[in-house]
Amino acid sequence: MSIKNNLTFFIPDLENNQELPYFPSGIKAGFPSPAADFDESKISLDNVLVKNRETTFYAKASGTSMIGAGIDDGDIMVIDRSLEPMNNKIAICCIDGDFTVKRIKIEEDGVFLMPENTKFKPIKVTDDNELIIWGIVTYVIKSV
Amino acid sequence: MYALVDCNNFYASCERVFQPQLNGKPIVILSNNDGCVISRSYEAKELGIPMGAPEFKIRDQLKQQNVHVFSSNYALYGDLSSRVMKILEAFTPHVEVYSIDEAFLNFDGMNINDYYDYGLQMKKRTQKWLSIPVCIGFAETKALAKVANKIAKKYQERTQGIYVIDTEEKRIKALKWTKIEDVWGIGFRLTKKMQAKNINTAYDFTLPHNESFIKATMGVVGLRLKYELEGKSVLEMEEPKDKKTIAITRSFAGNITTLSEMTERVSTFATVCAEKLRKQKSCCYGIMVYLRKDKYKVETQRYNFYKLETLPFASNSSITISNLAVKMLKTMFEEGEIYKKAGVIVTQIIPENQKQFHLFEEENPKHLKLMQVIDAYHKKTGERKIRLGNQDLQKTWKMKQAHLSKKYTTNFSQILEIKCQ
Repeated sequence: MSIKNNLTFFIPDLENNQELPYFPSGIKAGFPSPAADFDESKISLDNVLVKNRETTFYAKASGTSMIGAGIDDGDIMVIDRSLEPMNNKIAICCIDGDFTVKRIKIEEDGVFLMPENTKFKPIKVTDDNELIIWGIVTYVIKSV
Repeated sequence: MYALVDCNNFYASCERVFQPQLNGKPIVILSNNDGCVISRSYEAKELGIPMGAPEFKIRDQLKQQNVHVFSSNYALYGDLSSRVMKILEAFTPHVEVYSIDEAFLNFDGMNINDYYDYGLQMKKRTQKWLSIPVCIGFAETKALAKVANKIAKKYQERTQGIYVIDTEEKRIKALKWTKIEDVWGIGFRLTKKMQAKNINTAYDFTLPHNESFIKATMGVVGLRLKYELEGKSVLEMEEPKDKKTIAITRSFAGNITTLSEMTERVSTFATVCAEKLRKQKSCCYGIMVYLRKDKYKVETQRYNFYKLETLPFASNSSITISNLAVKMLKTMFEEGEIYKKAGVIVTQIIPENQKQFHLFEEENPKHLKLMQVIDAYHKKTGERKIRLGNQDLQKTWKMKQAHLSKKYTTNFSQILEIKCQ
């Protein structure tokens, strides 16, 4: 009989170091804490808001052109630079050297940078403009 | 297979990440204290601004040619550097960070068909995700990867910033193209010696009849370099280590001529060394004090002075290190002489938890507690406010940083601001 086929090796995945909950109460004989089975790690906003550590940046909004999208003056935007720009995404754009935040609208007659406030006008991107999509806004943090 | 990834004009590229309007414009970065030019964008190089030029000498030229000037913002460069390295780690687990803007990569055990294409993917990713352009050289050894990188950088349009030395023909061609002074590890003095022996290129360096000369002048280091250039890998990936020495040295804007002034400086340098030791959780045994006199005003040839002493126990207490440094200073300092530069260097560094206990002499246990309180307070306030009695409270130890950009990624109050208009 060959035992060769009975061995399966599992290679530990060290890439994602999922933190396991630590039980500071120690292990003692006696009645265990009924909550110990439900012990979980603490909530970290970083883990929720930051999907890609290397490509995430923060920026502060200044002005009112995006209030319709929930971005108010003084809000903090979480920006992921690794995401692909797509229709309807809110992006940090650099148009002709100036930073701005707009919703990307891709129509048949071209690309538009849309504000979310009727007091401001959409920008049609022409061949004369130099447009860099710097990053995609993924969350907005505001104080209330 | 090895690769050397090198960021193009790294500091200038970092400044452009948050100021994209400066793309295509000339940029220079100044050294600490805004002394001289330490990094130039491609456009600034084209304008003929020399590397290392003192700022005050070229101030008019910078203004006339509309060059954007920045003080060095190491908080920003360090953060972006670590992001670049992390992105590279997605391509291979074997990344050796060689400097703030360079890394060696190793691909042993990986199945990569087309290194050129793989390199192109890396380049595209750092460019798109971080706006940091890189050049990459691939070869069988580290020294050859350096050579390949240089070719990629020199002929960026033709190579797209990626060059692979994967045949004997390419290797020989590359070595013949590489000047001896550009070979990894060949500095100014060795270049002169090599040229005197008619070794003018990397290829000459590998010729058999030069072997004995190389062995005689460079020893085993030279032979290793020769093997590396021949494609036989002898230099392996190095693991990151804690720093072996920590040095804090400064040139003085004015001259220092009195012991009390110098004591204040040396004590401050010692406390900063101690702080750095505590930050990397290590202790030191050796403490060195360094003084430099004004070399144009000394009677004798000698103007550099060193003194080294060893502590009976390893320490990272500001008080212990400062006391010994000041004690040494007092034996070295000559009243009436003019000093231009001084420094404190700590050596024989060991991890804090590997400290050996001494039978008779030991650190005052109160120091540890005190240092923890000081560090916590300084971390909170961001300033070195708590000082030893021999340090000057008036001196702010502030660098001249007239052109400093914001700490966009490391200080929450300085993040990018975007106009919503």
